[in-house]
Amino acid sequence: MSDEKPQSEEKPQEKDAAQIFIEEVIAGPAGGQSRGRRILSSLAVPVLAIFTGLLLGGVFIILTSPQFYEALQVSVVQGIKTAWEILVVSYGALFIGAFGSPSEILAALTSGDTAALREALYPFFESLVAATPYIFGGLSVALGFRVGLFNIGAEGQLFMGAIFATYVGYSITGLPMFIHMPLAFLAGALGGALWGFIPGFLKARTGAHEVINTIMMNYIAFRLSDWLLNGPMQRPESFNPVSPNIMDSAKLYRFFQDPIRFHLGFFIALLMAWLVYWLLWKTKWGFSLRMVGLNPRAARYAGVSVAMGIILGMTLAGGLAGMAGTNEVLGVNYYMAQAFSSGYGFDSIAIALLGNSHPAGVILSALLFGALRNGATNMQLAAGIPIDIINILQAMILVFIAAPAIIRTIYRLREPAEGEEEGLVTSWGGD
Amino acid sequence: MAATTMRREIELVSPTRQWVMGILFVILGAAIWFFFSRSIIEPGTLTKFGMTIGGATATIPDITVPSLLTLNILAALCIGLGIIQIVKPRGFGRYTNWVLGAVAAMFVLAFLTWAAAGKSINLAGLANTTLLKAVPLTLGALSGILCERSGVVNIAIEGMMLMGAMVASLVASVTDSLWLGLLAAVMASAMLGVVHGVLSIKYKTNQIISGTAINIFSIGLTSYISARFLQVNQQELNTPGVFPPIEIPLLSSIPFIGPILFNKNVLVYALFALLVLIHVGLYYTRWGLRMRSVGEHPRAADTLGINVFRTRYISVLLGSMVAGIGGAYFTIGSVSGFDEVMTAGRGFISLAAMIFGNWNPFGSFGAGLLFGFSDSIASRLAILGVKIPSEFLLMTPYIVTMIVLAGVVGRSKMPAADGVPYEKEGG
Repeated sequence: MSDEKPQSEEKPQEKDAAQIFIEEVIAGPAGGQSRGRRILSSLAVPVLAIFTGLLLGGVFIILTSPQFYEALQVSVVQGIKTAWEILVVSYGALFIGAFGSPSEILAALTSGDTAALREALYPFFESLVAATPYIFGGLSVALGFRVGLFNIGAEGQLFMGAIFATYVGYSITGLPMFIHMPLAFLAGALGGALWGFIPGFLKARTGAHEVINTIMMNYIAFRLSDWLLNGPMQRPESFNPVSPNIMDSAKLYRFFQDPIRFHLGFFIALLMAWLVYWLLWKTKWGFSLRMVGLNPRAARYAGVSVAMGIILGMTLAGGLAGMAGTNEVLGVNYYMAQAFSSGYGFDSIAIALLGNSHPAGVILSALLFGALRNGATNMQLAAGIPIDIINILQAMILVFIAAPAIIRTIYRLREPAEGEEEGLVTSWGGD
Repeated sequence: MAATTMRREIELVSPTRQWVMGILFVILGAAIWFFFSRSIIEPGTLTKFGMTIGGATATIPDITVPSLLTLNILAALCIGLGIIQIVKPRGFGRYTNWVLGAVAAMFVLAFLTWAAAGKSINLAGLANTTLLKAVPLTLGALSGILCERSGVVNIAIEGMMLMGAMVASLVASVTDSLWLGLLAAVMASAMLGVVHGVLSIKYKTNQIISGTAINIFSIGLTSYISARFLQVNQQELNTPGVFPPIEIPLLSSIPFIGPILFNKNVLVYALFALLVLIHVGLYYTRWGLRMRSVGEHPRAADTLGINVFRTRYISVLLGSMVAGIGGAYFTIGSVSGFDEVMTAGRGFISLAAMIFGNWNPFGSFGAGLLFGFSDSIASRLAILGVKIPSEFLLMTPYIVTMIVLAGVVGRSKMPAADGVPYEKEGG
């Protein structure tokens, strides 16, 4: 943590600008805020968390760059100049990697060359492709939170979804696309749902905590997929732990020609977000689910079956996470490889929290993380910054979101009125 | 002390548990006969157990047993113990857990006898790797115990161990001192502990989120530093060396267990010391009593004048330091060098070991040994030509933890206030 110290010297300039902005937004009487004001003020903490995370990430990149220290030995001014250059190069590469280079896009547009245009727009669409599993995963964790469950097992559910979808994708032949693709997709959702159902059932019946059980289920899923990909599901004549390719009829439709991989999965994810919203806030079922999450005791008195709510919540959450894995197999990779997921499950927790466990928020934060993850690949290539910086950013954003008091202290924000902030999950031992 | 131990003991002799245990013993015995005995068709098949680890001088000769006879005896013993457990009033009572351990050991022995029928297996070597694999798991579990007994859930063991592993390797390589590496690992891990403590005690953040954040952060930071520096300059930054084994005179010449237990490096001895220290500390000192009371009923503890916040901070700090030692074991205790994400989920197995061991130091050491065993036998199955895929053995820690947690075989009991942030009344 000593790495972060110099940041306190840099902060004052930053803080003033942000502070003014925030005071603009927050100012006014505390009570009787308009709807727009409320939305803005609820955005303040997430936006500032992202901003602070990126800022600290920048400081971290500078502090781990040997060039910075070399320049510092020449003179302090030189050091600051180099620090600024490092920041511009790294975050510039991140931006171009995430959205494409504006000049290239412009040039391609004016030339009218479609191949060049596809090449120029590729990063932007690739960010959407990267965001898609995050939407599914984020929805999974968010739905869990709303039912008072901590689904830390999205990763394992994702693996199970991928296994089921892959199997249906390659083993069934001769089906038309409009049957095979939905079938494979549903199979994947089912695989995830099964993996969510088990801890849900165990919690409802025995009170075993879902956090521990979902962690255990994660590793069971990993080992299971290891075995399948080295055994029954291994590609014939292959020595690598990979499954056979899925049939063309099971693939999610891609809208553009190569290299753009943007596919139908993105819209399925948006549809799912809407469905989750509809289920939770517009149906009686969803109401009772949220009641289980907010106050299980009250739900019980109101005649809602808490056990059913828990089981249903975990199953649905598992299904959504399963779709994330399904999406990767049917839309991006077309086969399953060992350890194919790069921690989507844990990222999903950050996404759900950043999005305040609301489907709309989840979409926004998934887009952000998709862009970051995709841009970081380019940052690694262009600026030599290891892609793992994304995890560091993510962890910091997660901390700031989870402990909004830190952000409020830094930026001197108003404390929310009593009851304004919804509690997210019931604690470990409490019920 | 009284309230919790009383409840634990009452639970141990409950009638349901009595017959569930009895049936379990019988099932295990029957399984030995059904799966193992029946598959040995050829009469006179022998199983040879090697009793000396590689490199040590033989103290006792290797043992050769007739496979079928051994299996049948073990099966009969298990079934017999099961019947006694069911028929005898109150079964084995408070010794049930010991009998369970014995039955589990017999089942494992039967498994080995069957797997190595007609061949030989090095029992000493197996015990040795089991212990070595159990060391980081148990250290992680001890870290969890320290945190959770005071009421702070720690799922960041994985992250803390990873950080400890990386820092130990880096610092030990740069300073050429393994001890400095160990110290740095403990400090780095303690820093994460401070973050976890401040977030979950001061800011009352959800402790699972805080732990997840630390895990993500550690994976990111260690991989970043590894990719940016360690991999680039392996020779200078990632070649720390390993603590040499220290032979304890007299003890190390005990037959069989001597070379396995008493010719190890200092980190393994640290584990033994910590086991005793934490056990005594938890159950026989004022500090431990206070800590447990804070974990069980913080309000009552507060009323009695115990500083809940301070107790929790200290526990989390100590816990994270122990995790740091566990992390250091990966790099300067066994392989001399850091690889990205080298803990590979062992922090989470530690969590499982802690639960399986019922939040007790020695219980979790037993669990660590069991999980270490399933890990070390998994890699030998292929050599022995056993048809069971090793992945299924690797799943056992997770599955048995879920079973224990579900209360099928005796319930493990977490501290009552585990994971609940404490708020002072009116504060």
